[in-house]
Amino acid sequence: MCPKKRGTLLLLKKNYFMSQNAITIESLEENLKVLARQRAIYSVLFIGAIIFIVVSGVGVANQYNAGSFTRGVENFFDYPADLFSDAFEAGWGWFGIVLSFIPALFETFSAAVFSTVVGASIALILCPLATINLSPNQVTVQIVRRTFDILRSFPELVFALILLYLMGKSIVPAIIAVTLHTIGAMGKLFSEAIENIDMKPVDGLKSVGARWYQIICFAVYPQVLPLVLSYSLLRLEINVRASTILGFVGAGGIGAYLTASLQWRYGDEVLAIMFLLVATITALDYFSSYVRHKLIGKISA
Amino acid sequence: MSIAVYDRKVSFQEIYQSVEKKAYYQKLTTLVSIGAILLYFVFSIIQFDLGSISRKWSPERASRLFLDTYAHKDHVVMNWKDTSKISVNFEGDYRYQYPSFPEWLERIGDGKDIAILTFNSGSKAIFRDDKIIFEQSKSEDRKFIFGIGDNGKPYAEAYDNDGNEKDLPNWIRVTESKVEVRPSLYERIQIYKRKVEVHRYEFGWKYFWFDFFSPLKDYSLPEALSLIFSNERIEPDKTNFELVLSEISDNEQWMHGTVLFSILETLLMAVLGTLLASLLGLPLAFLAAYNITPFKFIRFSLRRLFDMLRGIDMIIWCLIFVRSFGPGLFTGIFAIAFTDTGTLGKLMSEAIENADNKQQEGVKSTGASTILQHRFGIIPQIMPVFISQSLYYLESNTRGAVILGAMGAGGIGLQLLGAIRTGNDFENVGYMAVLIVLLVTVMDQMSAFLRRFLIGIEKN
Repeated sequence: MCPKKRGTLLLLKKNYFMSQNAITIESLEENLKVLARQRAIYSVLFIGAIIFIVVSGVGVANQYNAGSFTRGVENFFDYPADLFSDAFEAGWGWFGIVLSFIPALFETFSAAVFSTVVGASIALILCPLATINLSPNQVTVQIVRRTFDILRSFPELVFALILLYLMGKSIVPAIIAVTLHTIGAMGKLFSEAIENIDMKPVDGLKSVGARWYQIICFAVYPQVLPLVLSYSLLRLEINVRASTILGFVGAGGIGAYLTASLQWRYGDEVLAIMFLLVATITALDYFSSYVRHKLIGKISA
Repeated sequence: MSIAVYDRKVSFQEIYQSVEKKAYYQKLTTLVSIGAILLYFVFSIIQFDLGSISRKWSPERASRLFLDTYAHKDHVVMNWKDTSKISVNFEGDYRYQYPSFPEWLERIGDGKDIAILTFNSGSKAIFRDDKIIFEQSKSEDRKFIFGIGDNGKPYAEAYDNDGNEKDLPNWIRVTESKVEVRPSLYERIQIYKRKVEVHRYEFGWKYFWFDFFSPLKDYSLPEALSLIFSNERIEPDKTNFELVLSEISDNEQWMHGTVLFSILETLLMAVLGTLLASLLGLPLAFLAAYNITPFKFIRFSLRRLFDMLRGIDMIIWCLIFVRSFGPGLFTGIFAIAFTDTGTLGKLMSEAIENADNKQQEGVKSTGASTILQHRFGIIPQIMPVFISQSLYYLESNTRGAVILGAMGAGGIGLQLLGAIRTGNDFENVGYMAVLIVLLVTVMDQMSAFLRRFLIGIEKN
């Protein structure tokens, strides 16, 4: 992760070698001046480009936006204020509303858990085939890797919308879509993790005549298991969000209730669902970072 | 450990037993966890009613949709009441009516035979004023007759070469009101009480560059491009170049102009959102780092602000913004910017706190002011992390912007949702899906390239 070299350093090296035949202090200073000027030009260009993108982008956005920017800024607090006043009117009953959405939240959450477990298991089974140091042949490596790439680059939404159209409204299309995306994303991470393992246990098992699947089971998986668990937890968090969004376009769960409440403008219900979502995602965030720190501590120890 | 073992003078047997015990427990844990996962699968299959997949999944419908993504079809419709009129239209849209019969449909004037339709496979459908005769070009050379019986219901009959009647094959379905014939994916005949409808499929996307009403509809793309360099104008008031461009972008079926513009919208959403997040996140991160800001109150409140921005999900921000800014780009831009300001702020403030303070002390020893100390002591250390994180967020926000679009922020996500909800333009869905994948891949490659160029991380 940690970067070692920087672009300017490379540039300096190149210029240094070019003028190597006569290194004097003057030539070095000259060189430095040229570099400083180049750098200044680059920074000005970079800042100019950023200002250009922001200004022209905001202009384009303002032109094609349904509402205007200034009015939007003025009205920004209206909607949250509406939500809170609705919830305040509901009084203590609001907590009852929160509780009433817990079954729907559980449905979305368990869909996310299920797709994470299935996706991670399939990715774990496939990823030894996608690593150069373990795969039986190079063609398999390329095929499996490209499959991961394709699965990863399709947003879940595309899969889910098509499946929803084919299978009718239920949570099953969301599960399939999220699982497919999870396979792609996890497959890539796992195969990268496997590429970096210590090969000594593999050689040891090979030397006693172990079969391929035995090598994978006893020399590869034990090394990557903590990483696999921590990635899976991270992925679970992402998948909870994803299945909520897919519920929003028709796949049931808490997302479906959210759409309904938004359309009926029941501010108290909207706020209750938002509260539940934020609470779940934050809790998962803390839980997964706690477990990951423990697991990673285990790896480094 | 080993010293303790020697001290107690344990026998090999005991060591062996303890090792065996450990291995036994390990095996037990593995088996139990695998069993638990399997149990969980069974539970989930019941909970989500996964068995319903096989009931709800109709392979026929799926294959027809899939066919629609890469093939186009022409409809030939004949009314039993007035058999002299046969209408031929593209994709069943009454506006796309062919002015004259295409070459695969031959009109025959004499009495009972009205027209002969030749499918791509060589099979033929002969239109008569009281029935349709379908001749298969396969080795058996079988013949089928469909029509309306005396009782007013559609019927189907099958004959072999010698004219003997045979059983109907399973690709012919006869119901009270309809006979559905589907000998192959590319051929379909439906006989209703009032009319007969024949679908003839062909591979490829028709009218991809120029639509049905375009003056250029018979030109292929290379021909149209070569028109640009010719002097004769097709339309007198436009140059050929303008004509070709406007005809492509205003294509009614494929909407190239709109689709490309929405791709740009999505891209703009991701780029501007990430840019705003990094422009806001970096200064705020400095204010939230304990080695920069001495005021505990500012640090604490900024930390909680980051937590709030990060904790409220992007979709919820999107729902809030869509109320104030209306459906459009601002909604998406601000949803992305808010969430990522929180995430980047937290990450960067941690990076600043972890920065090596020796460099800062070095700059301080030259008598530099506090601002210069931060500029030359800390920023060079965190810049690579900052750039690479921003680029990672740009990458994932491109995906996110597609999804935000479907939730009301416009762009290609909204177009895709619309195309799927109409339900009969699956070639457009396929086209947009390909474009989305291309966009995501290009952004991935570009951010990887920029990361290498700016920070020079070698591939490990």
